[in-house]
Amino acid sequence: MDILVTGLLLGGTYALIAMGLNLQYGVARIMNLANGEMLVAGAFAAFWFFTAGQVSPLLSIFLVAPLTFALNWIIYRYLLLPLVKRAKNRGQLEVDSILATFGLSFVFVGIMMAVFGGDYFTYSYLAEPFVIMGDIYALNRIVAFIMAVTICGLLYLWLGKTRTGMAVRAVSVNPEAAGLVGIDVLKMSAFAFALGGAVTAVGGSLISTFLTMDASIGVIFTMKALIIVIMGGVGEVRGTIVAALILGLAETWVASVIDPGLTLAAAYLMFILVLLFRPQGLFGRQSS
Amino acid sequence: MRSDEIRNMLLAVAGLGLAALLPLTGNGYYLAIGVTIAMYAALATSWALFSGPTHYISLATGAFFGLGTYVVALGIDHIPYVVLLLIALVAGAVAAGLVGLATLRLSGVYFVIFTLGLAEMVRQVVTWIQNNWSGHRGLYVLTDITEEIIYWELLGVVALVYLVGWWIGRSRLGFALRIIGNDEVVAAHSGINTARSKVLLFMVSGMAASLTGAILAPRWTYIEPTMAFSPLLSFQIVIMALLGGTNRLWGPLVGVIPFTLLWEAISANFPNQTTLLLGVCFLLIVYAIPHGIVGRIEALARALKERGA
Repeated sequence: MDILVTGLLLGGTYALIAMGLNLQYGVARIMNLANGEMLVAGAFAAFWFFTAGQVSPLLSIFLVAPLTFALNWIIYRYLLLPLVKRAKNRGQLEVDSILATFGLSFVFVGIMMAVFGGDYFTYSYLAEPFVIMGDIYALNRIVAFIMAVTICGLLYLWLGKTRTGMAVRAVSVNPEAAGLVGIDVLKMSAFAFALGGAVTAVGGSLISTFLTMDASIGVIFTMKALIIVIMGGVGEVRGTIVAALILGLAETWVASVIDPGLTLAAAYLMFILVLLFRPQGLFGRQSS
Repeated sequence: MRSDEIRNMLLAVAGLGLAALLPLTGNGYYLAIGVTIAMYAALATSWALFSGPTHYISLATGAFFGLGTYVVALGIDHIPYVVLLLIALVAGAVAAGLVGLATLRLSGVYFVIFTLGLAEMVRQVVTWIQNNWSGHRGLYVLTDITEEIIYWELLGVVALVYLVGWWIGRSRLGFALRIIGNDEVVAAHSGINTARSKVLLFMVSGMAASLTGAILAPRWTYIEPTMAFSPLLSFQIVIMALLGGTNRLWGPLVGVIPFTLLWEAISANFPNQTTLLLGVCFLLIVYAIPHGIVGRIEALARALKERGA
């Protein structure tokens, strides 16, 4: 029971992070390996605001979101768009964008190391006990979960109900056809990429309230987000949420029953099972 | 063999022969750099054997390298060294085969993601096993193998990788891989078993990395999971191979030598900025020299020829 609740709480935050990556990969077609560093940047911002100005992470995300949105838009416009235009086919773009975002992730890690140093950082926000059905949980995990679920819900509604959301989904399904019906594909891709980066950074702010982070931890989160996206199916919102919850549960189970040092191995096990039995993802469409 | 092939072969033998004379200088610093260059040359060239024609970016080098190191570290007290090298070869082939079978049947992205975290995952598992069953974290490798011997062994691996690469380039397998790299759908339709070809070649590259790791184990004497399964190694190899160019067998070597010297200078002068500079190198290669130094030189040579004609 303890594992179940902790796992679901963790999975909720993972869902938000993976949703950000899914927007970038599913819509903008950029396999962004610097995604985890954006998360760490969000975490750093929350940490800095809290220790320097006693600003609650729940408030500072309203500043983190527009800043990272702008930063990601600039990255897409000036670093990735040239690659999109240069690429002759999707395979070429995939290789180029993987290498470019890879370099970018190293640059980010380097900058954050230079600014904040290589130490672990943590702060105590809402570290109060909260009782659910007789068991005690940390309040910060619950607040982070509620925020994550709210943002995921808003994104889901936005994608499903608004005109822009529909355009984004159209680009995700078929960029050529979306262009034919009058959608500005490049503009939508830039928008989705920027939004995805902002969502991930907010996820980082939330996760920093209950996890200890350091400048070079980003790649682990990139890895987890990638596994969730593939497990759920590229471009699938529901799939992403379900997969994130499954991964949260699996990790919590492994951490508490076997060893906390094996969480990545647990994620890999799920990854292998998906690759062997359902490579298109739990909710993915059968094709390509 | 055609006449230009004989010429290249002679050049390669002469180059290797010259390189083999390095320990005779008696300079320990040169020898240490020589070992590093020979190690990177073996790793980067074998990396390019697979990733060059197929365009699949493998980040698993660190995992296979660490595997080889651990084979030696675990067995050095019980089994002769030469046998351990053979075991490392087989272990590398089996590990690469398993990874390949799980991921290479699908699109390239799955492969990249899988190899991205592989070294870290294996490190976690090895640490866990050592913590729970063997009681201590590190392993000692105490041998009378000197730096000179390691250097010559590595040169041997480089020669072997070149021979295998040359042979694959002439074989049906190499032809199949070039077609796969150009268009995988076309390859599948002309009756090539694409998954089998890719897995086979990935195994070759895994074997070379594992063997290199096994040869370097005696240099360290004390081996820990964080050292053996360093994720940085995989990235360095990718940069070096791409910097040189992956379309020619000797391309990666062109990248290895300047990069190693540059890296020595960077880590000596800016030890805290290595990650940042590594990232900048990556970006420079992608944006400024997408086909590597060799690609640049060949494009220049072509342009000159056209102007002359």
